Amino acid sequence: MSQQKDFVLSIEGLTVSFDGFKAVNDVSLYIEEEEIRVIIGPNGAGKTTVLDLICGKTQSTSGSIKFKGKELTKLKEHEIVHAGVGRKFQNPSIYEDLTVFENLELSYPKGKNVWGALTFSRDQKVIDKVNEIASMIFLDEMLDNPANLLSHGQKQWLEIGMLLIQDPELLMLDEPVAGMSVSERKKTAELLQKITKDRSVLVIEHDMHFVEEIADRVTVLHQGKVLSEGSMEKVQSDPKVIEVYLGH
Amino acid sequence: MLQTKLKDLAPKNDLINLAILAALLLIVLPLLFDIFRLNLIGKYLTFAFVAVGLMLSWGLGGILSLGQGIFFGIGGYAMAMFLKLEASSPENTSIQSTPGIPDFMDWNQLTELPWFWEPFHSFGFTVFAIFVLPALFAYIIGAAMFKRRVGGVYFAIITQAIAAILTILIIGQQGFTGGVNGITDLRTLLGWDIRTDSAKYILYFVNVFLLIGVMIAAQYIRKSKLGRLLVAMRDSEDRVRFSGYDVSNFKIFIFCIAGVFSSIGGAMFTLQVGFMSPSLIGIVPSIEMVIFAAVGGNLSIFGAVYGALIVNWAKTILSESYPELWLFAMGALFIAVVLAFPKGLAGLYSVHIQPWIDKKIVEIQNKKAKK
Repeated sequence: MSQQKDFVLSIEGLTVSFDGFKAVNDVSLYIEEEEIRVIIGPNGAGKTTVLDLICGKTQSTSGSIKFKGKELTKLKEHEIVHAGVGRKFQNPSIYEDLTVFENLELSYPKGKNVWGALTFSRDQKVIDKVNEIASMIFLDEMLDNPANLLSHGQKQWLEIGMLLIQDPELLMLDEPVAGMSVSERKKTAELLQKITKDRSVLVIEHDMHFVEEIADRVTVLHQGKVLSEGSMEKVQSDPKVIEVYLGH
Repeated sequence: MLQTKLKDLAPKNDLINLAILAALLLIVLPLLFDIFRLNLIGKYLTFAFVAVGLMLSWGLGGILSLGQGIFFGIGGYAMAMFLKLEASSPENTSIQSTPGIPDFMDWNQLTELPWFWEPFHSFGFTVFAIFVLPALFAYIIGAAMFKRRVGGVYFAIITQAIAAILTILIIGQQGFTGGVNGITDLRTLLGWDIRTDSAKYILYFVNVFLLIGVMIAAQYIRKSKLGRLLVAMRDSEDRVRFSGYDVSNFKIFIFCIAGVFSSIGGAMFTLQVGFMSPSLIGIVPSIEMVIFAAVGGNLSIFGAVYGALIVNWAKTILSESYPELWLFAMGALFIAVVLAFPKGLAGLYSVHIQPWIDKKIVEIQNKKAKK
């Protein structure tokens, strides 16, 4: 199955144990091109840890993560980014002391080493790209504002924008609508529909309405294991899922 | 959009500030003071090199090194070794049991110049060493720490420990290093007597020009994307990492730059003051250097220079009348900076004086417009 070419990301037998506690236990997961996959599950199910493992923040104990045929488990964080994986954190993690423009500019995929950063020049191409992304994430009026003045929802968008400007083939979002108002959530759903056109997206989310709105397929994690997988309807009607999760 | 562009260039204020500082250092102070005092000011300014480096690594990058004396010492000792060898020609040292080696080696029963002193016969090598040795040393420390993601307080403590070790090593190896007295009795640089008043004037001006060069280099780094990255790393290191940057390389780079700046300062110290000793590279001087940067404002290049000048000047004044009080005064100063004005003099300036100047300028412009 893993030989099939269509999978952008194939995770097989992924396990990580912290002092004997298996936070992620033998998880296998396959994500197709241009698929939006949502991972759901109760607290402590290992959702965020799976993202940490993919992006290199946590080292796996065993198992493999292949991204377009490339093994990620041996790579460093920045190498994984260069391979084409972008990750948004649960709490908006942006550069508070810099402006929105500078936040986006730093994520632009150019001048990523010491020399490149020293000689980087803000040319028209960069400015155009930053403007394009800024209007996509509803922040085109706020480019010169320091990022710490943004609202919580705007910070979430800014971080999504910082990922978009990298143009990753796999975008991982950890609870992108947490703490957002209803209208912000709606806008975020629109945004996600727009940005998923040319890439695969892996989302962790608790908000079931939001999940229904965006997900192609859903994976349910429970105690570090995959409990169920499939369309939202299929998962919702799975008795195992109802018992451990939706039934609460 | 235009605003972003303008802000990015924004050199107007900086240029004016630089002009004021240059006028002060190159014209006002030399006219105001005799060569004895001017030489002292030159000595203070050698610490400004360190403070500018700290402004980059600590202020921008959040990497607090409590061991910048190490690099000050590398530059200082490199220069001192060269000058000492020149002063220890066989003719000058003919009364020694082994003529042609530095006097302290002779006193310590050495009969031969140690191998690591040999290259310092060459002035070219010495200058090369002043730039490359601190970078190399900072690279080794930085790579060992930052690649393993050691940072913050641990990094500060380790740099301090290294400064302490280096001091102990120098004091212990008296025959090779001159021990606790350091390397003294330096006379000429390529045959040019550095002890004369005219030499002191020239060295003072060379020092000022080098400092301005270092400040411009610092400004360039600060305004580059690398400067913004350092600020970003301070805010959210993980985000930088997951934006595709190898964070440790940037930290190593800026730590190396800070080290090279300090080393240049150290070399100029030796030239102007005429000796180099372990008392300038240990824990206390290293912490003093951090205080210079903190008092000036660790986010301002100009603040760093004024901080070094003012604190050192205060140190001299106080030490002349109440020598035992200085350490207490310095401690109190540091506490005051942290509690009362965390952004240092530069912060006070930008909050209180800059708006006043801006207001005056607007008033003058308005008056002109009315006419």
